[in-house]
Amino acid sequence: MDTVIQSLGLTVAYGSQRAIDNVTVSFPERQITAIIGPSGCGKSTLLRSLCRLVELTDGVEIWGRVIFDSEDIYAPGVDVTDVRKRIGLLAQRPYPLPMSIYENVAYGPRIYGIRQRSALDELVEKELQAAGLWEEVRHRLNEPASALSIGQQQRLCLARGLAVEPEVLLCDEVTSSLDPLSTQRIESRLIELKQQYSIILVTHVLRQARHLADYVVFMYMGELIEHGPSEEFFANPKHEKTRAYLAGEFY
Amino acid sequence: MRHRWIRIEETLMLFLMRASLLVVLGSLVFILATILIKGLPALNLAMLTQIPRGGYYLGKEGGILNAITGSLALAGGATAISFCLALAVAIYLHNFCSSERWASVLRLALDVLWGIPSIVYGAFGFTVMLFIGLRASLLGGIVALVLLELPIMARTMDEVMNLVPSGLKEASHAVGATRLETAFKVVVRQTLPGLITALLLGFGRGIGDAASVLFTAGYTDRLPSSLFRPVASLPLAVFFQLGTPVADVRARAYASALILTGMILVISLLTRYFSRWGMRNVIR
Ligand SMILES: Nc1ncnc2c1ncn2[C@@H]1O[C@H](COP(=O)(O)OP(=O)(O)O)[C@@H](O)[C@H]1O
Ligand SMILES: [Mg+2]
Repeated sequence: MDTVIQSLGLTVAYGSQRAIDNVTVSFPERQITAIIGPSGCGKSTLLRSLCRLVELTDGVEIWGRVIFDSEDIYAPGVDVTDVRKRIGLLAQRPYPLPMSIYENVAYGPRIYGIRQRSALDELVEKELQAAGLWEEVRHRLNEPASALSIGQQQRLCLARGLAVEPEVLLCDEVTSSLDPLSTQRIESRLIELKQQYSIILVTHVLRQARHLADYVVFMYMGELIEHGPSEEFFANPKHEKTRAYLAGEFY
Repeated sequence: MRHRWIRIEETLMLFLMRASLLVVLGSLVFILATILIKGLPALNLAMLTQIPRGGYYLGKEGGILNAITGSLALAGGATAISFCLALAVAIYLHNFCSSERWASVLRLALDVLWGIPSIVYGAFGFTVMLFIGLRASLLGGIVALVLLELPIMARTMDEVMNLVPSGLKEASHAVGATRLETAFKVVVRQTLPGLITALLLGFGRGIGDAASVLFTAGYTDRLPSSLFRPVASLPLAVFFQLGTPVADVRARAYASALILTGMILVISLLTRYFSRWGMRNVIR
């Protein structure tokens, strides 16, 4: 099992409060890793620090290293936009950009210098297909993205993220605001996408973790408690906190 | 017992609200009625299409095309410049200013500038112009109006940018956009209706202000021809015509006020239209 991204002693604090404390963990390549744990335990913080989005928050402090492609993404001199391009993040609440459906998907590629209309057309279709949205929007590509339903918006955000061809896809409770059908659609896309991408998925739905994950990371109160291959993790949890959590003793 | 008090309270509040509404609507109707009744008889095509002829201010022929075009040049130029500067200030405040304290100092400065009476801008502009040897001119007037409009526009833009959800900016950063790309491609589009409103507020203040252009732009009976020549303006046209003893000319003052009001109305309607058009992409 190859490692795609690895955190070493990663600690993130908002002001004086540590949201994650000394987290060292390796995420496997081209698999789905689920980060689980009760709400407020630092799952989102961990995810957002893996792509350097966490530093956009005011007053945040970060220690430790994150190794990606054998380099520390927090090392001085690293191009942060390049990190964010290669490690994509899909947020909990879908935020389409204030432009058309087409422009949303073309947003990233345009930034990276793709100007040719035919190339963009092709890319937009391909990524909307990959996100499972193409059939629904193919005749209304020029309509504002704000007109889509929330489930469609989340898939549009997925397409937008895929369009810059990231290597890692971080998903932060991406189905928590969606209806069951939309959830199912996103889940089936993720399973398909793991052929090409390494996916790290935050979820507090255990069923989803069981269903999707190859590898599971369990966090509690900002600390990494236990991690391991999915089957082993669920069949044979070692830590008592994990057992209690899996038994539904706290959420 | 309590029930009755609530009823009385509610009736009283409702009465107060209706009274305030009446004051607002009443004064608007009153002002419009005044300029319509006094100005409409004096309004004719010549007013809109001619410059003052000899003896205009004694009641002879001519119009105020000089003031209409002058005002458009002054307010148009100043609004265009202020818009760019204000946008830069607002974007800086929201996307590049890393220190909250510095940002609040800037906001306070803008609020103070907003409150400064326009005659002070006029006097200040005039002093600077004397110092650098510039006569009363279109350029001088534009500079004074920029000072007047900038704080209004910058603070209005600042307020609408405050409402941009951080998740939206983050969505742009997440695909690797820089702060500048995020500001111009996402924040500007998201706040477009608000930016257009800021444009209107600035323009409205600029075109209606007499004091700041009194010394800086001067007055002339000619059409604007150069940045370095004086220009006329509608508020001053109203002022000068209203100050004559000739009744016909005073009626023309009201007609000029009517023209100014009409122009502001047109601009407001245009703004509404474009604002609504800008709304369609906005993410809520
Ligand atoms: N922007 C923020 N400012 C201050 N504290 C925050 C911020 N975001 C998260 N936190 C705190 O950090 C801790 C971890 O939050 P988070 O990473 O969002 O947890 P999770 O995603 O597991 O629910 C929580 O205690 C939360 O209150
Ligand atoms: Mg979270």
